[in-house]
Amino acid sequence: MTLIEPARASDLGSQTSLRVNGRDVCVAAAPTKRLSAVLRDDLGLSGTKVGCDAGDCGACTVLVDGAQVCACLMPLGQAEGRAVTTVEGLDRNGLSALQQSFLRHGAAQCGICTPGMLMAASALLAEVPRPSPAEAEEALGGVLCRCTGYRKILDAVCDAWRQSEGRAGGESEAVAGSAVGAAVLRLDGPPKVTGRDRFGADSWPEAALGVRVLRSPHHHAAFSFGDIEGWSATLPGVEVVLTAADIPGRNAFGVIPPFADQPALAPSPARFRGEAVALVAGEAAVIEALDLESFPIQWEPLPAVLTAMEAKEAAAPQLHDSRPGNLLTAGFVERGEPDAALAAAAHLVEGAIETGYVEHAYIEPEAGISWMDGDTLVIEAGTQAPAMDRSDTAAVLGLPEERVRIVPTATGGGFGSKLDLSLQPLIGLVTLKTGRPARLVYSRRESMMSTTKRHPARLHASLGADAEGRVTAMNLEGDFNTGAYASWGPTVANRVPVHASGPYRTPHYRATGRAIHSNGPISGAFRGFGVPQAAILQETLYDEMAERCGLDRLEFRCLNAFRDGDVTATGQQIFGVGILECLEALREPWSEALAEADRQNAAGGQLKRGVGLASCWYGCGNTSLSNPSTIKVGIAPDGAAVLHQGAVDIGQGSNTVIAQICADALGLPLSSFRLLGGDTAITPDAGKTSASRQTYVTGKAAQMAGAALRAKLLRHANVTHSARLSLDGGSLCLVDEGAERRLDLSSLPRDADGYVFAAMESYDPPTTTLDAKGQGIPYAVYGYGVQMVELEVDCRLGKVRLLRFTAAHDLGRVINPLLAEGQIEGGIAQGIGLALMEEYLPGRTENLHDYLIPSAGDVPEVRSILIEKPDPEGPFGAKGLGEHALIPTAPAILNAIRHATGAKITKLPALPHRVLEAIEAAGAGT
Amino acid sequence: MTYLRPNSLAEALDLLAKAPCRILAGGTDLYPATTRSSLTGPILDITAIAELSALRDERDCWRLGATMRWTDVIRADLPAAFDGLKLAAREVGAQQIQNQGTLAGNLCNASPAADGVPPLLTLDAQVELASVAGVRQLPLLSFITGVRQTALRQDEMVTAVLVPKASAEGRSSFLKLGARKYLVISIAMVAVRLAVKDERLIEVALAIGSCSAVARRLPALEQQLLGATTEAACQRLDDQAVAAQLAPIDDIRGSAAYRSRAAAELLRRCLRAAADPQEEERAA
Repeated sequence: MTLIEPARASDLGSQTSLRVNGRDVCVAAAPTKRLSAVLRDDLGLSGTKVGCDAGDCGACTVLVDGAQVCACLMPLGQAEGRAVTTVEGLDRNGLSALQQSFLRHGAAQCGICTPGMLMAASALLAEVPRPSPAEAEEALGGVLCRCTGYRKILDAVCDAWRQSEGRAGGESEAVAGSAVGAAVLRLDGPPKVTGRDRFGADSWPEAALGVRVLRSPHHHAAFSFGDIEGWSATLPGVEVVLTAADIPGRNAFGVIPPFADQPALAPSPARFRGEAVALVAGEAAVIEALDLESFPIQWEPLPAVLTAMEAKEAAAPQLHDSRPGNLLTAGFVERGEPDAALAAAAHLVEGAIETGYVEHAYIEPEAGISWMDGDTLVIEAGTQAPAMDRSDTAAVLGLPEERVRIVPTATGGGFGSKLDLSLQPLIGLVTLKTGRPARLVYSRRESMMSTTKRHPARLHASLGADAEGRVTAMNLEGDFNTGAYASWGPTVANRVPVHASGPYRTPHYRATGRAIHSNGPISGAFRGFGVPQAAILQETLYDEMAERCGLDRLEFRCLNAFRDGDVTATGQQIFGVGILECLEALREPWSEALAEADRQNAAGGQLKRGVGLASCWYGCGNTSLSNPSTIKVGIAPDGAAVLHQGAVDIGQGSNTVIAQICADALGLPLSSFRLLGGDTAITPDAGKTSASRQTYVTGKAAQMAGAALRAKLLRHANVTHSARLSLDGGSLCLVDEGAERRLDLSSLPRDADGYVFAAMESYDPPTTTLDAKGQGIPYAVYGYGVQMVELEVDCRLGKVRLLRFTAAHDLGRVINPLLAEGQIEGGIAQGIGLALMEEYLPGRTENLHDYLIPSAGDVPEVRSILIEKPDPEGPFGAKGLGEHALIPTAPAILNAIRHATGAKITKLPALPHRVLEAIEAAGAGT
Repeated sequence: MTYLRPNSLAEALDLLAKAPCRILAGGTDLYPATTRSSLTGPILDITAIAELSALRDERDCWRLGATMRWTDVIRADLPAAFDGLKLAAREVGAQQIQNQGTLAGNLCNASPAADGVPPLLTLDAQVELASVAGVRQLPLLSFITGVRQTALRQDEMVTAVLVPKASAEGRSSFLKLGARKYLVISIAMVAVRLAVKDERLIEVALAIGSCSAVARRLPALEQQLLGATTEAACQRLDDQAVAAQLAPIDDIRGSAAYRSRAAAELLRRCLRAAADPQEEERAA
């Protein structure tokens, strides 16, 4: 590790002595330097993470004299003579009980908040060794987590006092054929709980140039540069200033190639607030201290539209000449005769819903480094899609793909936004132009301003049912504000019409989704691609329809749920359909919860209890587009099974799950495996971590690769398919019907990769394109789920208190129950945010204290019920889960609020003032 | 950049007299205001001045040192009249912020949503300001003059918050309403201090924050409640009467109309909670 030289002699006014993790250190740095920056830059203790530099996220929590503090808010000078403990100080005698408990409970997902959580918990445990959940919650209230939903973290803290009882699932790692279905602890867990996992901001290449990005302060503005050369000449240490004119390749990238339209550095005009227009690179300390306000640029603000409604108007400024009416694209699905069926329906309900921009708010802002390795440009950064990063970065920089190598770091949360390029072409350009390494870490504000969001939606729908309560028809129209550039707008427009029926038989159906450009932030992928917004409307209408039909809300859903062999709105016949099983699993909790709510409400008072539920279905993988995954696995001469695991693990668990699948297909225990990550130089493309596709698509490729390698081994040893395999040092042992064959691996020939045996398999889901009416096979596999929430509404304040979730999800085959629960809890937490508190307003909520995501006190207990209705296509019958878990949450909450109070929420988030207004509109206030 | 961290108040005041500088204590407001890794400009760090962090029981008043952290407030041995302040302290950010942020910093930052202000208003707190020219005291509401504005002169610093013994009587409570549980800026918050004799209110102090540029006491309403039972007092605190005392704004956290109504409701609950500590849990 190379330490950055302190900035200027004037900052060296003093030396500060402190004790860090039991060691006396003396630091020469500015005494007002944030302790977090000192720990990371000067002392190389990168386990302390930085998420906001404002005390809003707690990622940098360390102990100072035993008390938890945000290191980003403490000047080095105040640490003089004091004892600082960081995550690196926790495992000096092996993993601490707390760290082990985190692993055991699956409390770390992406791992970016884990060090802060561990430190906050350590402060508590030093005073209260066996804390109650309430004490744990209060102690951890200042550390935000976006992945886990907090419950497993709280459990881990409360449980840390128990002696470690060995690793749960240890046996499943040692015994061949027992990995799938076991609660294997995440294979990449230990570095996450020791703080040694390397994220995008955790490397400081020697002599790397610092980079700052000049961004548009306006939603829409023409601009011209002044005397850039003259300006930079006055700034010693500034090496280079780059603008759109310096981009050597195609200055238009995008995740869907035919729609690629986003410049890496915009030429005039800038189309949204936060758009990058210039880069300044130079000596790191100079760049950090640079006042970008002095940059010679003249802005001329232009009329801007921020909502889809405004953008559709004839007089609205047009974002892109080739897209008249600001219409990026529209998706459409039609089946039967929806108009006639709605007209003939015995019962008809109608409704509309409006949602806002939602920020991904991963705790790790974008960060990365770049350098030249010979004539190859190497970019090391967090990502969800290394292969896509490579092709787009190469195109922008005018390089052949082979000359760009993407090395994914650990990714501190993604949820869809890290599918798109962010800083890759920017640092790449600096390195390409200067030949020097470059390093860029986005500030929280920069991350929030410039990266994608969930699409704001305005949806309207009608639902018809017959006299018996069978849904006969649905018509839904939706406008999605896709912001300034295309990103995943087309996917949202196409996915929504396919899914808007929910997992229900809807013989007559029409749905239209439009992606409309505005000067708002770019809307991209966010866990569910528009389907969560559509489900809010569809599932709340289902509650109204159930009521209209005089049916119990759950029974109404059971009546209409898809069965095996049913045909969807796109005309696809589906099998392995588990929605009914999910609904049935909730029957008992549902009736108990309803009875309990009645009991509670009988007492009267301002608190009213409600119960709500909602379903989801979600197609795994790209919509009607090829999206193959390739997996390579080899047997190394040293006796390890090496898995080239390119399905980037952004916390969801693919490193573990894909290995589990491959292990069982190959017939070797997990403990024999060594994992290689998604480095594009060594690992084949396993596609993007998106669309809930990795367990299914990459899992299937891993199953096929494992089976192919197994077949090779069996053939080589001439044993039958029932042979048991094991790797023992440098030899492969095959036991077949009592006879044992032993192959000395070191004596066998090796392939170009150095493997003795290897297999590589690709899998691409069998889908078809959709015709003009949206008919076809958009997805090969769907997952299903139902969530129920019990909550209390304070009828005088409009405040909602969540009491409990019960979530039944059909995973087809549960590959790893511990990780599956983690996905469900995390999805619910994000759904809670969507429902109750999150709305991104450009220019207003560009930080984590105005933009609220749920804290440890906002996510209630979650009871997960895992259903296994095998899918005919998925590996071992498995289906995807990642996005499914978020979809039902918000509508379930709205349904429960309505059940409690009669209040119908039509604009999200359901902030207290909106809930109170709705309660009053419903006439149910007390 | 100059960074000075004197050990004595006299030294600090001398430095302030010589050249203007920014005063740094808990850092919870100065650091979020910059994206840089260090603070610029001359910085006077007052956290090494031991006397400034002390709590003292003086003859006429409780003297809360300027750099008492919120955690110090929570743990301090203080009469029940300070319970509201302690509840507010527990609502400042989360534990990290409570371990760092200081009492005086909260006042000097002068946010309309400063959690410490409403309970201190109910305690008739005075702000002690010192400079080489001497010491002066200002009532809290004369000290905070507007959004992010105070009466602090460039050569002055806050040295203590003083609570008259006469106002440290009775019981108190505090309620904060926000869209999430921790790390939240309030939509509205209220503090109540009261004393009861023969089931009648003989002393009432009401304050509301986040519903005007500076948190307010509600003296007119307080007068109307004297002599009433808690329940009768709650009846008198109707929405209109409370709203008339406030000047809330519409913002991302809530509408102005909602704020007024919520404040009235919170005030009634807080009054009950102060009167009957058992009520506290139900009110929260």
